[in-house]
Amino acid sequence: MRDETSTATASAGTAAAHDGAPRGDAEGYFHAIAKAIDGALLAGERYCASYAAESTDFVRMNRGKVRQPGHVEQRYLDVRLVRGARHATHALTLTGDLAPDEAAVRTALDALRTVLPDLADDPHLLLPDTVASSRSVGAARLPASASMVETVLAAAAGEDLVGLLAAGPVQRGFANELGQRNWHETTTFNLQWSLYHRGDKAVKSSYAGFAFEPDSLAARMTDARERLALVSRPARSLPPGSYRAYLAPSAMEEIAGLLSYGAFSGRALATQQSALARMQSDATLDARVFIDEDTEGGVAPRFQAEGFARPPRVPLVAAGRLAGALVAPRTAREFALAQNGANAWEGPESLAMRGGELPMADAVAALDTGLAIGNLWYLNYSDRTACRMTGMTRFATFWVEHGRVVAPVEALRFDDTLFRMLGDNLLHLTRETELMLEPNTYGSRLLSSTSLPGAVLSDMTFTL
Amino acid sequence: MPFDGPLPDLRLAADFWSLRFVRETCDSYAVRKNVPQPFAVSEDVGVMATVHADGGYGYAATADLSPTGLLGALERAAQWARATAHLALMDARTLPRPAPRGRHAPPASLVPALSRREWYELLMHESRDAAIDPRIVDWEAVCDVRTATHRLVTSEGGDVVQEHRYLLPSIGVTAHANGDTQQRSLNGQRGICQQGGAEVLARFGFSGSGRRVAEEALELLAAPNCPSGRMDVLLMPDQMMLQIHESIGHPLELDRILGDERNFAGTSFVTMDMFGTYRYGSALLNVTFDPTRPEELASYAYDDDGTPAEKAWLIRDGILERPLGGSISQARAGLPGVANARAESWNRPPIDRMANLNIEPGTSSFDELVGSIERGVLMETNNSWSIDDSRNKFQFGCERGRLIENGKLGAVVKNPGYRGISASFWRSLARVGDAATLQVLGTPYCGKGEPSQIIRCGHASPACVFTGVDVFGGAQ
Repeated sequence: MRDETSTATASAGTAAAHDGAPRGDAEGYFHAIAKAIDGALLAGERYCASYAAESTDFVRMNRGKVRQPGHVEQRYLDVRLVRGARHATHALTLTGDLAPDEAAVRTALDALRTVLPDLADDPHLLLPDTVASSRSVGAARLPASASMVETVLAAAAGEDLVGLLAAGPVQRGFANELGQRNWHETTTFNLQWSLYHRGDKAVKSSYAGFAFEPDSLAARMTDARERLALVSRPARSLPPGSYRAYLAPSAMEEIAGLLSYGAFSGRALATQQSALARMQSDATLDARVFIDEDTEGGVAPRFQAEGFARPPRVPLVAAGRLAGALVAPRTAREFALAQNGANAWEGPESLAMRGGELPMADAVAALDTGLAIGNLWYLNYSDRTACRMTGMTRFATFWVEHGRVVAPVEALRFDDTLFRMLGDNLLHLTRETELMLEPNTYGSRLLSSTSLPGAVLSDMTFTL
Repeated sequence: MPFDGPLPDLRLAADFWSLRFVRETCDSYAVRKNVPQPFAVSEDVGVMATVHADGGYGYAATADLSPTGLLGALERAAQWARATAHLALMDARTLPRPAPRGRHAPPASLVPALSRREWYELLMHESRDAAIDPRIVDWEAVCDVRTATHRLVTSEGGDVVQEHRYLLPSIGVTAHANGDTQQRSLNGQRGICQQGGAEVLARFGFSGSGRRVAEEALELLAAPNCPSGRMDVLLMPDQMMLQIHESIGHPLELDRILGDERNFAGTSFVTMDMFGTYRYGSALLNVTFDPTRPEELASYAYDDDGTPAEKAWLIRDGILERPLGGSISQARAGLPGVANARAESWNRPPIDRMANLNIEPGTSSFDELVGSIERGVLMETNNSWSIDDSRNKFQFGCERGRLIENGKLGAVVKNPGYRGISASFWRSLARVGDAATLQVLGTPYCGKGEPSQIIRCGHASPACVFTGVDVFGGAQ
């Protein structure tokens, strides 16, 4: 990622590569839209405009073949009109053609002007009063997506591969009447795939980033084939009970994902709805647990929807104790807190947990005898107040004896509290952490990531 | 306009093409802790082009609805079809080429639409009524008012326009005291979601429910934990909807059975050889795909591939009959299916979704359901859901429980939950409530697909009794 002087990227497509290009297209278009809003503003009005766009090739694969290939070109603008303490937002789709889009934005502003008289003053409105413009553009050169797919399927020849390739540029922008302009653009690919043995026995892999290297893909595919050989052994069915466990970073990601829904929210903590609310009084995690919102180390924009800048790092848990929260502007007003660039839902976008001292290569040896869990799945709270959560093992999960993988295991359900798993029962955190780009594509490709270590637990409770 | 009237002359060298136009609007109203939340309106408009060419399949989505934009999307979709034809999972020349023609409009609203001011007045009233005690630490009353217009045009002469209106009201209250937090809602997080206008509010007694929900939250704070052990459960419709969704709906989705979802949402314990013979549940279990109930969230006349939508039995008298698979999945699997190829919006391709999935009512009154239980728990309003990727081992939690002893309802208990295995759980279905116990609910938040999609599902269910279930309570 380069700042300020970087170049923007061009369009995606089946024929063309995702290529580096001079600033202009997408960013220039956004600036023109912002200028149109500036020009349409009446005296006494303020605005903030939040822009999200992408030009994405999606190729869905199954049985080592292409199931659904396609392309999505989308541009969304949320424009909020503010007069005094009254405000309302209009979210609209833009076409990419400037003239009709400028007209659509002006129409949206006109519509919002008819809404404001119906609304009450908002006591929790908080907007920036200083300008914090920024620009971050990641230059990338990806091969054409159809070519990437050919490479992937060739590397997996003979295997039952299922997965998704998503590739192309993603843009986020912000503008307001103060002249603040923020632009964040990145061109990435994210390949998520599984190789299946049979039934639910499979290994999951991913390869994501800014440069697609066939050799790197081949290495990952070789690793996946080797793990698939282990998965292909006769599976062991374990009875419910407590087992020593190693949670790989990709399993820890599911736990982090559950916590991301409100556990670190300033509002949820203030209203006792956070699963970590008890950490405001007596509950603690192991003293080796440090968790941050690490915007500096992630891929998320360094600004949020009202235009506030995100600090490089927000400590959330330090030495096992609650150290902070993600505080959105509205929460800041309501609870007299300091906002820290959080999004409206106060969820982390660049969650990072500090590693420990155990080399990851020694994790299975440190486990000795127990469950090596490659992935967890479908987590939810079974008792939110106690931060007790449940979920399933999935993909490459193995029974290990004396530091050696013995057999894959049938899917097991765990039900345990975070305060046990990352508290009294935490034996080791791996030294290395793994940066995982968010693969979900609900509505749009998400610019979030997690960076997590693996963890060895002295016991973990399984119920079904 | 592309939503009504003729389209520009679109010539494309391809075996088949379609254009699926979508326009959806949403007005979002919310009052939290007696403070009106920022008003938001959204309008999402775009088109999905799908092309079959040279045996390949491709799609392209754009918000540019100009003649140039439409042709560009079709050509891009054709490029994808041709570029991947030699790698295609299925020969697109074998796929259906629909030519549906029709129009679907929602029934006229039974009550006048509310103005913005009236919405805020209504929600403020419920919010104020919920603030009954200092232990109520957070509360909100919200409603989304949505409209949708979908038009599907195909190269074979198909042209279908469908319009829908949706209402999604919700009330939620959080109570806290002595280190415990309890949340109570009106039929769950957006559990009330139906097609229609303001008349939906009256169906659920929305007005006046703020105080009741708050009282029940306080009641939960004072309640003991649900007991643990093997016992009977009486699941109310706002828990049944989740039970149906997760352990019947998803496992019967044909694209899961065909393996498309294995990298993300998962596979299914159901296999293709089970249809026609497999005993899914007790003889009392009758499950239908029913797009014909007007108020239910996912009722429609045609799916997004243009297949006419009709009611169909998926499970009859406990025996599995057919999967939830749209026309393309049916062609791939050689099985009958239903009209359930659906897309979240213009920017996602259709895949198999469950739409309206209902349990047909039985013959037991509510009193008979309770009276049949010697020791058990009534559970209502889902608040936790987790199930394995084969849709078999599940664990669900509810907001509120009531003990049942010797056929009578007893004390309220908090944090009720239960776990089981789909393949055996439905065989323990012992009684099915009559139509008086049935509620038409649903969820607007069903997630699935690569790329990921959220979709609306409707679930109508009576209250049901299951025997010998593994029940548990909270950690404290």
